[in-house]
Amino acid sequence: MKAVLRLAFKSAWARRLTLGITLVAIALAAALLLTVERVRHDARANFAQSVSGVDLVVGPRGGATQLVLYAIFHTGSATQNMRWDSFAALAAHPAVAWAVPLSLGDSHRDFPVIGTTPDYFTRLRPAVGQKLTFLTGRPFAGTVDTVFEAVLGSAVATELGYRVGDHITLAHGMERLAPEHADKPFTVVGILAPTGTPIDRTVHVSLEAISAIHLDWVGGAPLAGLNIPAQQVRKFDLAAKEITAMLIGLKSRGDVFRLQRHINSWRGEPLMAVLPGVALDELWQTLATVENSLLAISALVVLVGLAGLTATMLAGLNERRRELAILRSLGAGPGEIFLMLVAEGLVVTVLGVALGCGLLAMGIVLLAPLVLSQFGIPLELRPPAANEIVLLLSIVATGLAASLVPGWRAWRMSLADGLTPRN
Amino acid sequence: MNALTLANLTYRWPRQATLCLDIPHLAIAAGERVFLHGPSGGGKSTLLAVLGGVTLPTSGTVTLLGERIDRLSSRARDRFRADHIGFIFQQFNLLPWLSALDNVLLPCTFSAQRNARAGATRDTAAQLLNHLDLVPDLWQRPAAELSVGQQQRVAAARALIGKPEIVLADEPTSALDAPRQQRFIDLLLAETQAAGAALLFVSHDERLAAHFDRRVALAEVNRAAQETKA
Repeated sequence: MKAVLRLAFKSAWARRLTLGITLVAIALAAALLLTVERVRHDARANFAQSVSGVDLVVGPRGGATQLVLYAIFHTGSATQNMRWDSFAALAAHPAVAWAVPLSLGDSHRDFPVIGTTPDYFTRLRPAVGQKLTFLTGRPFAGTVDTVFEAVLGSAVATELGYRVGDHITLAHGMERLAPEHADKPFTVVGILAPTGTPIDRTVHVSLEAISAIHLDWVGGAPLAGLNIPAQQVRKFDLAAKEITAMLIGLKSRGDVFRLQRHINSWRGEPLMAVLPGVALDELWQTLATVENSLLAISALVVLVGLAGLTATMLAGLNERRRELAILRSLGAGPGEIFLMLVAEGLVVTVLGVALGCGLLAMGIVLLAPLVLSQFGIPLELRPPAANEIVLLLSIVATGLAASLVPGWRAWRMSLADGLTPRN
Repeated sequence: MNALTLANLTYRWPRQATLCLDIPHLAIAAGERVFLHGPSGGGKSTLLAVLGGVTLPTSGTVTLLGERIDRLSSRARDRFRADHIGFIFQQFNLLPWLSALDNVLLPCTFSAQRNARAGATRDTAAQLLNHLDLVPDLWQRPAAELSVGQQQRVAAARALIGKPEIVLADEPTSALDAPRQQRFIDLLLAETQAAGAALLFVSHDERLAAHFDRRVALAEVNRAAQETKA
């Protein structure tokens, strides 16, 4: 059998050009399938990681998924705010361990700006059991005297080349050409270590700063004729009247549903409390159709690649009639001929899949920075996970099935042709 | 013991009314070298497939070296063929992607018996190729790069390595020009004799029959051919 396999290899090597092209097609198809699966999986893992430690997200009543998307991922926009006194009351609730307010709506060069309190830096968890750490600098002070201080996520700093001490100005809204709060520049006082979460792409300032830059604004535009210089903002009451959302950590997770009900029936204003994990599950469910379509398309591409393998091998059989008849005359049984063909198809598939993994690794190395900056999804180089191994094995199994066809044809042919190679 | 005995052999292609082969008796003694001639399409190739144990006869017996190969399982027939029969075909005899020497060595990879009988297989192959006038420079070349005449000599060496008792040759000279045909036959006869093998040489060209022990016309032994003529 070893000798037969060696012959099969030499024979395949003689046809390496056509088989090589087939192999590359299988590799590309496998890489596509793996990429779809990898991005899907890593996006989920990343999203789930981003909400670790947060037990409830609270905001004005509306869509649960939407609330989580803007409170945690800073995408989409809030249509309503919640009142500061609601925040204060909830933060003081006996079941609540900590509460962090969030005020969204401004941006800096496409990066979202959030107004919050210094608690943000001690309470948020970039991953289970991890704390936020500073690469350089410190949190903003959050006092009235030091209003215009900003803390940058690591991606903001590296992509825009900022260092502690630099000055930046914020823009109103998320659009590129939004009006700027150019008269009130901020000083960068701290840069966070990379976390692989949306925090990396966020500019953090104090709630007071958000109030301050909007002092002379009404309805999303600077108020004509009114211009309050930066030095004078402390004369005003900068305490926030409204925030966009709040994050809550509980003393005991067992209280989560009780507190959720409590918030959902809040008397002061219509509020909503959402378990971020549940909201994400709902999001994934709505996205499942898209994901499954992508997976199905990739699976079809793999099938096309393997059909190419079958076609190549079947076409090759006609040229190989003589070769197979000679092997028969030398004592090779139809079973051995079958084995040669199936081994060839299997090896081409396995090599194709291996090359596909290589292409995926190469793609990750080359494209990871782009995917991170465009979609905030960190792709990392790692050995295939269990679900990917299942995919790889099913490609190989399908490849095996695909080579059974030419194998069976060769079996039949070698019996019917007998010993006479027809030319 | 005869190398080969056919008795009351008939063969009919599937879905055909008339017989292709109907041979009451044909025997070849051990070491005998027989020239079998017959027209193209006269059932020569079918006869060789039956003798090689690739095709089973419709009825009758095929006895090779005392073994009823028509009663063996297909696996055992493949084994028997590998161990005891050397084949030479009309043309396209070699695996084009293997070197000449590796082509000669092929039977030894399929048959432990022939491997054992060949002894030091590479030396034996080299010796056979020498005897068949193939210069050593060509031994490592892929078979596809050899001329047709050179390929046929490599094929003869492959059929003879490991001393099979029976050599079956199917029009092995038809791709050669006339002077080379006789030279090839002389080399083949000499080497077959040296190996002590029985040779059944099948051709449509009666002029080649000169140096054989015996010549047989397929039309005379095959009653199916006589019927079609009549």
